Amino acid sequence: MLTDNKAVSSLRQAYGETLVELGEENKNIVVLDADLACSTQTIRFQKAYPERFFNMGIAEQDAVGTAAGLAYSGKTAFFSTFAVFASGRAWDQVRCSVAHPNLNVKIVATHGGVTVGEDGASHQALEDISLMRSLPNMKVIIPADSVETRAVIRYVARTKGPFYVRLTRPNMPEIFNAKDYDFKPEARVLVPGKDLTIATYGETVVEALKCAEMLKEKGISAEVINVPVIKPLDESTIIESVKKTGVIMTVENHSVIGGLGSAVCETLSEKLPLPVRRVGVRDEFGQSGEYSELMKKYGLVAEKFMDDALALVEIKKKQL
Amino acid sequence: MTEIKKLTNGEVEELTKLSNKLKEKCLAMIHNAKSGHPGGNLSALDLMLVLYKHIMNQCCEWDCSPEWDKRDRFVLSKGHASAALYCVLAECEYFGEDELMTFRKLGTRLQGHPGCNCAPGVEIPSGSLGQGLSMANGIALSLKLDKNPAKVFIMLGDGELQEGQVWEAAMSAAHYRLNNVIAIIDRNRLQIDGCTEDVKALEPLADKWRAFGWQVLEINGHDYGQIYGAYREAINISNEKTAPVVIIANTIKGKGVSFMEHNAGWHGKPTKQEEFIKAVEELRGKC
Repeated sequence: MLTDNKAVSSLRQAYGETLVELGEENKNIVVLDADLACSTQTIRFQKAYPERFFNMGIAEQDAVGTAAGLAYSGKTAFFSTFAVFASGRAWDQVRCSVAHPNLNVKIVATHGGVTVGEDGASHQALEDISLMRSLPNMKVIIPADSVETRAVIRYVARTKGPFYVRLTRPNMPEIFNAKDYDFKPEARVLVPGKDLTIATYGETVVEALKCAEMLKEKGISAEVINVPVIKPLDESTIIESVKKTGVIMTVENHSVIGGLGSAVCETLSEKLPLPVRRVGVRDEFGQSGEYSELMKKYGLVAEKFMDDALALVEIKKKQL
Repeated sequence: MTEIKKLTNGEVEELTKLSNKLKEKCLAMIHNAKSGHPGGNLSALDLMLVLYKHIMNQCCEWDCSPEWDKRDRFVLSKGHASAALYCVLAECEYFGEDELMTFRKLGTRLQGHPGCNCAPGVEIPSGSLGQGLSMANGIALSLKLDKNPAKVFIMLGDGELQEGQVWEAAMSAAHYRLNNVIAIIDRNRLQIDGCTEDVKALEPLADKWRAFGWQVLEINGHDYGQIYGAYREAINISNEKTAPVVIIANTIKGKGVSFMEHNAGWHGKPTKQEEFIKAVEELRGKC
């Protein structure tokens, strides 16, 4: 399933290209954007099917409601803008007009997390997964690379109901092999291990894989799980892993409040109370900077969170 | 311009009787639930009644026929006027009259504010103000894509127009030339905290809609002849022009019950027993 092709590619471009393919296959697909069609890459769909593309201007609340009306009338409505606006600016519209009536609206939000970079705190969604995860009927998926993005977009297009899909801005190394990658709404063990579990999604999957390599050199065997679907959480895969390893670390480009770390804590505290360490942005806003600098600053690179992994293994040893 | 048909005297008389009967039902539902919004239901009821009885292409049995897609849609954006909508839907036999008294009770299909998968005939949920017009626009865009000639009627409260999303949606409807959207504003001039013009002024309201690219009609929202005429004219305009139409219906909050009329205090409180009896007596006296 994993690739060693070393290619780097854009998740947003993969999204735009997949939309165009889907638009050809399914005439019921419509796409809305809020003046960010170039950035989100919905412009590709606009060029291919202008009659089924609606630019709603800088009006995210209206855009979500309009998408809901289209979905109510039988369309599969994709809506894209930056994650911070899709989840925050239009939250009540997502709640009342989309999630409550369980409509077929697919919110594909780009520029999630600190990796937005130079635009700074106002544009860095660090709370979006928390906001979307708490809504009944809403399902939340974050792909890690362009291969997974294509598969996820196809999956949400064919699956009824509302989805929140978050894509990252920077190009990412390809992790999955396009030839045999088949998306299923579940968590997957990418690297098996026995000393600790590292659960992650999105941009930090590649860092977690790096961290596992570094830990291996220190004689520690880390199990890396990719958890693209934050909701509904694949609890059994996580529980199975933690039963084996005894401790788990979550890593995410999101606040430690309400994201994967919280979801894992909720599950384990009820079903398998064992030590958890949450790596993410610690209840603070982001700031301007190059995305790679920001990843380091907020502890989201392997070199930084390896210390957390080592600390967690120490905790386990003390408990034994 | 197509000549506009008028209601006969007999039809006006029948609507008057029916309106008073449904207003009583509305108040009984709210009284029974010990909660609800008498004022805004009574101001909006006549507008919904004429729409369902004389204007909209709709039928309670269409949901099991291929013709269902051709129905005109009604979106109630001011979701707190749910009791009036449910009364009108029951009158049109979308569901049995007995169900009305389950309003706001645990397990009911008649949710306090229209819910999803709710009462038959309710198109979309509402309650959080300001969201209906965007959804109506989405439905209208979809109808156009499908070359479906049905219209989308959407009722807004006047206080609701203070929500910014309404104006985003007003821009969208004009931009996308949604001439299949006909909005109705229940202009009762009152909101919870007092007069709309004191809380946050809406006037000049007609000018605002015109400036946003809409065709505007203004009527007395309790005069059946005017209501019917405005709906017919709106449909003619929508068939001939590319702009959406808004009907500003000047109404009376609490219409039909003397002590409720023009009184913001009756926005969201149920009647006490003696108040309910007095209200029923007044409404029956008008039948």
